[in-house]
Amino acid sequence: MIRDFTLTEFWVIASGLWATLLLSAIAFVGGGLAGLGVALARTAPMRALRVAAGVFIDFFQGTPMLLQLFLVFYGLPVFGLKVNVWVAAAVGLTLHAGAFLGEIWRGGIQAVPRGQSEAAEALGLNYWTRMRYVLLPQALRMSFAPTVGFLVQLIKGTSLAAIIGFVELSRSGQLVSSITYKPLLAFGLVAACYFAICFPLSRYSARLEKRFAFAN
Amino acid sequence: MNYTFNFAVLLPHWELFAQGCWLTLRLSAIAVMIGLAIGLLTVLGKRTSIAPVRWFAEGYIEIIRNTPFLVQVLFIFFGLPSLGVSLSPNTAAVLALSLNLGAFSAEIIRTGIESVPRGQFEAGAALGLSPFQTFRHIVIKPALRTIYPSLAGQFVMLLLTTSIVSSISAEELTSVAQNIDSATFRSFEVYIVAALLYLAMSTIFATIFKAIDRVYFSYPTK
Repeated sequence: MIRDFTLTEFWVIASGLWATLLLSAIAFVGGGLAGLGVALARTAPMRALRVAAGVFIDFFQGTPMLLQLFLVFYGLPVFGLKVNVWVAAAVGLTLHAGAFLGEIWRGGIQAVPRGQSEAAEALGLNYWTRMRYVLLPQALRMSFAPTVGFLVQLIKGTSLAAIIGFVELSRSGQLVSSITYKPLLAFGLVAACYFAICFPLSRYSARLEKRFAFAN
Repeated sequence: MNYTFNFAVLLPHWELFAQGCWLTLRLSAIAVMIGLAIGLLTVLGKRTSIAPVRWFAEGYIEIIRNTPFLVQVLFIFFGLPSLGVSLSPNTAAVLALSLNLGAFSAEIIRTGIESVPRGQFEAGAALGLSPFQTFRHIVIKPALRTIYPSLAGQFVMLLLTTSIVSSISAEELTSVAQNIDSATFRSFEVYIVAALLYLAMSTIFATIFKAIDRVYFSYPTK
């Protein structure tokens, strides 16, 4: 039966929007932690760590995000973990974000002038203190604009969780579209929701980038 | 972990995998050509003095860049028929991919043109060159050199994005993999193979693009 587009349908989309925001937040926090590890490994003095982090980054930047979600979704059960779409989506997006943020922050760490880490070393600071107080604060500030830019990619990327059955904004749009048979309205509304979140972030990122370009 | 991997069951399907790769490459190639043309037109639209054209170009860029590709595909494939335009999955996929690349490449091309100092244009004019000649002989190479890496990255990104059109069952590697999955029930193995095939394709293209960069754009500037 074809239903009308009523308040109920708006609620379906609104709850999808909430799930998208929640999933994005989880993926960003998880990806941030993973990314920090990846960035540190990528700039580590130990060669094996650098190579491992490089392979991790190459894999996640060289394969489609959809396939990464499929691999986690079908792979977790193989390792004896129960699949719940929340877990699969969160793990998949965290790994994806970890690789991209890791690469962005690696660039930041390497952009800090060599003299800084040499000075810190000369002061007798050990690796962790050097990272914590000298390198990372500067690296993260420099990478702030691209980090916000990647957040936009990540929020858009959460839409792919719809394909493994996670009911977020895009999936709720599909559901509403198929029960009301008003695809233009349903997907238009969904697109407007994404736009309302992503556009201000894109603008913010562009402004940061410009300010940073002037500061140099 | 008690799972026994069985990649052998996929062997009889190698031809389908190969076909999937080929379709992915073909889809990407067509979308790159149309998308670049759209990108160029959009840059012209954004730089014109006719305000409505400028607004249209800007609106197009912002909408595409700030909404997910999946929603764009679904909008085109399921939405357009209710406006009386029915497209086959493959046509809808190419249209969505081209529109997507159009918006992203427009921003890249614009930064490229803006990266060339005004003095270069003025120098061209002072030498008596027409705007087109100035562009052709003075502006284009340094502009291309600036944007080449991001443009190449965007092409590789497009190749990976094609996997999303499997959601409207356009025929490419991911949807071929889904077919093989439902025939063999070895999901994990199927998607490992598919992911490695994408990795191979994107690595090969990234390497080719880097080689071209070294040959054509490695001249010293100072």
